[in-house]
Amino acid sequence: MSNLFKYTLRIADRSLILGQRMSEWCSKGPTLEEDIAMSNIALDLFGQANGFYEYAAQIDGKKSTDDLAFKRNEREFFNHQLSEQENGNFGTTTVRNFLHDTFNFLFYTELISSKDETLAALAAKSIKEVKYHLRHSTNWLIRLGDGTEESNLKVQKALDFLWQYTGEFFEMDEIDYEILDLEIGVDNKKIKEKWDKMINNSLKEAKLKRPVDGYMATGSKKGIHTEHLGFLLAEMQFLPRAYPNAKW
Amino acid sequence: MKLEMAENATVWEVFIQSKNGLAHKHVGNVHASDKIMALENARELYTRRNEGSCIWVVKSSEIVSSETEDNEAFFDPSNDKIYRHPTFYTMPEGSKHI
Repeated sequence: MSNLFKYTLRIADRSLILGQRMSEWCSKGPTLEEDIAMSNIALDLFGQANGFYEYAAQIDGKKSTDDLAFKRNEREFFNHQLSEQENGNFGTTTVRNFLHDTFNFLFYTELISSKDETLAALAAKSIKEVKYHLRHSTNWLIRLGDGTEESNLKVQKALDFLWQYTGEFFEMDEIDYEILDLEIGVDNKKIKEKWDKMINNSLKEAKLKRPVDGYMATGSKKGIHTEHLGFLLAEMQFLPRAYPNAKW
Repeated sequence: MKLEMAENATVWEVFIQSKNGLAHKHVGNVHASDKIMALENARELYTRRNEGSCIWVVKSSEIVSSETEDNEAFFDPSNDKIYRHPTFYTMPEGSKHI
């Protein structure tokens, strides 16, 4: 498996898995407007994932985009553990997406200057949507954090729980370093400072306390996941696996 | 959540400008509890298919509407004033959209 293939796959997996989570909100949103907003975000993420899978499939030369999305097992997925975390209540989803969107915005901002033209173009296309996602989740974070006593309590609780999954954003393994050396990839460690700044500003405005760094989950770069990913994949992959030749 | 949102949410009217220079057209309404949410909800609901280049949202309660019972006084008097229509002018040849 080439390193560029794996690097591209990681980006695609993040969008696919979070997109699947967001699609779970379809028909269950707190209001009609928000329901549509979350479904739109899910579709944006699927679109982004599709772009990166197409490139990965092209590098691979054998597997199709559908193979990549629907025929890999849990241990072969490389999304951050944060993106597979359950939706919980609307506040939990807001916090999860806010943490993710802030990272994603900074990541794509860097990826735009990649020497790999395809990755750079995909990043430039995605960032417009990601900017909107970030705006959406940040505004909700502020609304809920600086809302009622109960809404503040709920998002603070979600933040305290999800914080352990933010360490993975800034990890670098040998693949990341190799792709970075080729001036194709992003230096995740370099993003950290900007991420901290953006997160601190938003949390302050939302009247939320930044959790202290404690135990940080890790492993997704090697395909190690929380118990939630298996269930998510079972639902997402059931149809194409049970009926391999099914057509729309 | 549902209850609270419903209590706080008010109705906002949405106007979309499809192209720079054209007038904003009323397209419908959204529920939202503040102006940022109103704008974002309008974007989600009414510009999904590339309809717009600018959105206005206005609280429905801020709109002053004429009443049906005033229709006679408001609108009937213009019925017999045909001189208000520019039909007495000769149209220059080739001019359209007048």
